[in-house]
Amino acid sequence: MVVDVSYISKEHSEGIEGERSGVTGILAVQGAFAEHAAMLDRLGAPWKLLRAADDFDASIDRVILPGGESTTQGKLLRSTGLFDPIAAHIAAGKPTFGTCAGMILLASALEQDDTVYFGALDATVRRNAYGRQLGSFMTTEDLDTYTPVDGLHSEDDPSGVIADMPMVFIRGPLVASVGDDARIMAVVDGDVVALQQGRILATAFHPEVTDDTRVHEYFLGL
Amino acid sequence: MDTTRNELNRNLAQMLKGGVIMDVTTPEQARIAQEAGACAVMALERIPADIRAAGGVSRMSDPAMIRGIQEAVSIPVMAKVRIGHIAEARILQAIDIDYIDESEVLSPADDVYHIDKREFDVPFVCGAKNLGEALRRIEEGASMIRTKGEPGTGDVIQAVRHMRTMNRQIRELEALRDDEVYEAAKQLAVPYELARFVHDNGRLPVVNFAAGGVATPADAALMMELGAEGVFVGSGIFKSGDPAKRAAAIVQATANWQDADLLARLSADLGEAMVGINEDEIETIMAARGE
Repeated sequence: MVVDVSYISKEHSEGIEGERSGVTGILAVQGAFAEHAAMLDRLGAPWKLLRAADDFDASIDRVILPGGESTTQGKLLRSTGLFDPIAAHIAAGKPTFGTCAGMILLASALEQDDTVYFGALDATVRRNAYGRQLGSFMTTEDLDTYTPVDGLHSEDDPSGVIADMPMVFIRGPLVASVGDDARIMAVVDGDVVALQQGRILATAFHPEVTDDTRVHEYFLGL
Repeated sequence: MDTTRNELNRNLAQMLKGGVIMDVTTPEQARIAQEAGACAVMALERIPADIRAAGGVSRMSDPAMIRGIQEAVSIPVMAKVRIGHIAEARILQAIDIDYIDESEVLSPADDVYHIDKREFDVPFVCGAKNLGEALRRIEEGASMIRTKGEPGTGDVIQAVRHMRTMNRQIRELEALRDDEVYEAAKQLAVPYELARFVHDNGRLPVVNFAAGGVATPADAALMMELGAEGVFVGSGIFKSGDPAKRAAAIVQATANWQDADLLARLSADLGEAMVGINEDEIETIMAARGE
């Protein structure tokens, strides 16, 4: 998907001035944040880019953590002061969606790395699990969805399915082990690549670079 | 390269957006760059300022040295090949490099032909001074474009010129009537389909970074202001007084280029910047290599 050039300078979607709630904040310190904004525009959902701590205002009640480099984003989360408001948002059980680097930021543990960022997703994630760029690939697989019991817990059994979802993995991570609180949404070749835990979604792949809006639509309904 | 592979390679460039790609010559420098927040590193034996000073033929780096850097960091590792050097590119693909830079900074191997990048699975980034060059490289299979700047000088003037030229030409093409695009494609010496894409979308079909002469947080912010989607920093970091601090400052400046208060803080007490040389004091204009 090609993203319109105007996203370089846009700070939020059209007409959100005066909105007091219902806005999705997209972490915009590095990576493919414009692609998520373009997705939300297609669904008619208001969004705002989070570049500095001030951007996280009372209108934000959902957060997207986009693809990019997790080490870069991790540094900038600290230096911008965005870490604390996003951590509080997640701890309050509000909807949060991480793709690729976003999954790494959400994980409670990383393989071969002591760094923990938000630590909210009950899983151990393996960075660059498919190797370097030559290991990047695209596939199609079903995605199970789970009804949240509260913000950080879901029912045990799937309540729905997003069938034949295109999945683009770019130097992607995978889930090495799943804790009790997380539910498996998708498995590719025996490896877990998407999790749901209450109102947290995390995918090792990038729905935002495809034309398929269904995962974003599901997220907006959580 | 099939279309899926080409798309995946363009996607990796999308993931680098808003970030800083830093030239490094050792695993230690690579770790400093990653620690400072670089979104990728460019592994090379000599940084452009030293290539310019040393003169002589400048070639692809030793694969053993590149492997050392690949093992030192988790972020993507890029490396340069000479323009038109098909065999150097095959070697880098064989060592599983994340991105190849077919670069005018090295001595060109071919003064007529660029590499047919569609024959490769690994992605390529290429330099361009203007829209015609950019679209020709994309037609050859490049999945990312950067300005050529004037590497190793610490002088941002050429990167500015290339970025302004490119974006002005994109706006001009966008403003044409549909039936005028055929002639524009002919004038630019590019395929009609690519000219049509730019006319319809107002942008290149791939990500466009700034490169060449970026030495300060303000330089990085300037290039973002002019429409760059991210920046390469070559000699500017490890030729300066305090590389770790300067690197981190440039990363933050690129992420928040509109915030002047922040830029003021980031620009303070950085130590000595690379001395640099002015564009009109140099003999070899590297940007002129490869049209």
